[in-house]
Amino acid sequence: MSNRATATIHGWLLLLPAMACLALFTHWPAIASFVDSFMSTPRARRPARFVGLDNYQQMLADPIFWKAMANNLWFATGTIPASIALALLMAVWVNDKIAGRTLVRMAYFTPTILPMIAVANIWLFFFTPQYGLLEQIVAAFGGRSTNWLGSQDTALYAVTIVAIWKEAGFFMIFYLAALQAIPPSLGEAAAIEGASRWTFFRRVQFPLLMPTTLFVLINAVINAFRMIDHIFVMTRGGPDNATTLLLFYIYQVGFGFWDTSYAAALTCVLLLLLALVAFVQYGWLERRTHYQ
Amino acid sequence: MSGAPRPQPVATSRPDPYAPKGLALTLESTGAILLALIWVLPLAYAVWAAIHPAEYTTRFVLTAPLTLDNFARAWAAAPFARYFLNTFILVTMILAFQLVLGTLAAYALARQDFWGRDIAFALILAQLMIMPDALIVENYRTLARVNLIDTIPAIALPYIASAFGIFLLRQTFKTVPKELDDAARVEGASPLQVLMKVYVPLAKPTYIAYGLVSVSYHWNNFLWPLLVTNSVESRPLTVGLQVFSSSDQGIDWAVICAATLMTSAPLLVGFLLFQRQFVQSFMRAGIK
Repeated sequence: MSNRATATIHGWLLLLPAMACLALFTHWPAIASFVDSFMSTPRARRPARFVGLDNYQQMLADPIFWKAMANNLWFATGTIPASIALALLMAVWVNDKIAGRTLVRMAYFTPTILPMIAVANIWLFFFTPQYGLLEQIVAAFGGRSTNWLGSQDTALYAVTIVAIWKEAGFFMIFYLAALQAIPPSLGEAAAIEGASRWTFFRRVQFPLLMPTTLFVLINAVINAFRMIDHIFVMTRGGPDNATTLLLFYIYQVGFGFWDTSYAAALTCVLLLLLALVAFVQYGWLERRTHYQ
Repeated sequence: MSGAPRPQPVATSRPDPYAPKGLALTLESTGAILLALIWVLPLAYAVWAAIHPAEYTTRFVLTAPLTLDNFARAWAAAPFARYFLNTFILVTMILAFQLVLGTLAAYALARQDFWGRDIAFALILAQLMIMPDALIVENYRTLARVNLIDTIPAIALPYIASAFGIFLLRQTFKTVPKELDDAARVEGASPLQVLMKVYVPLAKPTYIAYGLVSVSYHWNNFLWPLLVTNSVESRPLTVGLQVFSSSDQGIDWAVICAATLMTSAPLLVGFLLFQRQFVQSFMRAGIK
C-alpha cells in the first residue's frame, strides 16, 4: 500500500470518533429537518407522507410565527447594539487604572458565570408587580405601578434588558484583550501629535478593535437567536406571545404540540438565518475589516 | 474564529499618556463603579434574600437577623444532592469525551497530510454556525430511537464532538515545532506516543482554558437537559431548579434565592479562585 493511502487511512481513523458524532448530531439532523419539513407529522395511525410546501404555507399563514419573528428581530435590535456598546465602555473603563478595578471587572463578569435559568428567577422578582424591586424604586419616585412582565407593552423590553445584562460583561472580556494588545507606542505617538483622548479612541483604538467587534457581533447575532432560558422562567412566551422568540416557538411546536414536521420547517428557517449570518461574516464583513 | 483576539503580554512599565487623571479619573471611576453595582445587583439581592428570614425579602433593613434556614428549606424542597451528582457526572463526561475526541481530530487536522482533510475541516466547522440548540427536535428523535431519553448520556451525546474544541486544539498543535515531532519519531516513538508525549503536554494551557469554558457552559445549560430528562435520576441542577419558579403555592423568594446560590456556588467559588484563568480562557474562547 502506498504511503499516501496509509496516511489517508490514519487521518480518517483519527477523525472518525469526532466525525461520527458530528454527523449524527449536527449534519444528519440538519438534513433530516430539511426533509421532514416537506412531510406531514407522523401520528399513531397515519405515517408521515410527502406534503410538499404545506408546512411552509402553514407558516406563512401562522400569525404566531410572524409574531415570533418580529419579536426576535426586536430582541436582536435591542440586545446586539446595547450589549456591544456597553461591553466596549466597560472594557475601556477597566482598562484604565480606575479605583477598585479588579472588583469592577469581576462584577461585570458575574452574569457570565451565573446560570441564566437561576438568575432569571431573581430578575423575575425584580419585575414583580407591587412588591418587586423595580416597583419599590418606581414607587419611591412617585411613579405608578406597572406589571412589567404581564403587560404586552413592556414584557419584551424586560426580557431584552436581562439579555443585555447577561451578555455585556462577556463581550467586555474580548474588548479588554484587544485593547491590551494595542502597542503602547501608538498612544505615545498620538500624544506627541497632540491628539485628544477622544480622537485617539476614534481614530486609533476603535479601528484597531474592528476584528474584535466583528467577532463579538457574530456571537451577539447567534445568541439573539438562541438565548431563551430566561423566557422559560420569566414569561413562557407570554403574555399572548409578546415574548415568544423563534427558538421558543420551535420548542413549543415540537414538544408542546408534538407537531414535529412544522417544527422542522421552523428549524429550517432558523438554520437559514444562521447561514445568512455566516455568509455575511465570511463574504462581506471580513473584507471590510482591517486587521492589525 | 478568525476575529478572535489573542491575549498578549501587557507592557506596563511605560506610562500611558491617555491614562485619566484628576477629575476625569474620578468621573470614570464613579461611572464604572455605578455600572458595576447595577451588574452585581441580582447576585447581591440573592445573597440578601437567602441569608435573611422570609419577611425581610422585600424589606431592606440593616438590623434584619441572619439565618441559614432558607438553605435548609431549599435543600429539603428538592433532591439537590442527586442533582449535584448528576451535573457533576454530566460535565465530567462531556469534558472527558470532548478532550479525547478533540485531541485525536485536531492532531489529524494539524499534522497529518491526507486526502479529504480540508473537506473534513469544513464539515467540522459547520457546527460553529449550526448551533445544537436549533436541532432539538431531530436530536430528540434520534435519542428516542435508541431508547436513551431520560439518561445522562443523552444530555451529553450531542455535545461530545465540539467543533470549537477541535478548532482551538488544532490551532495550538500547529504552533508546536515540527523538530520536536521529528526528534520523537527518530527515537522510535509511535504516532500516538508522539501525540501524548509531545503535543498534549505543550497544549496544557489550551486544555485548561477549554476545560473552564466547557464546564461552565454545560453546568449552566438548560434547554436540552430540560427536554431529554424527566426523572430525578438524570436531571441536572439547572432543570431541578425549575421546580421553584413553577410552584403553585405562591413563590417563596427567599428559598429560590438560596437554591439559586447553591446551584451557582461551585462555579462562583471556582471563578473567585481561578479568576485570572477564567478571564484569560474566555478571551481565547468565544463559542462553546
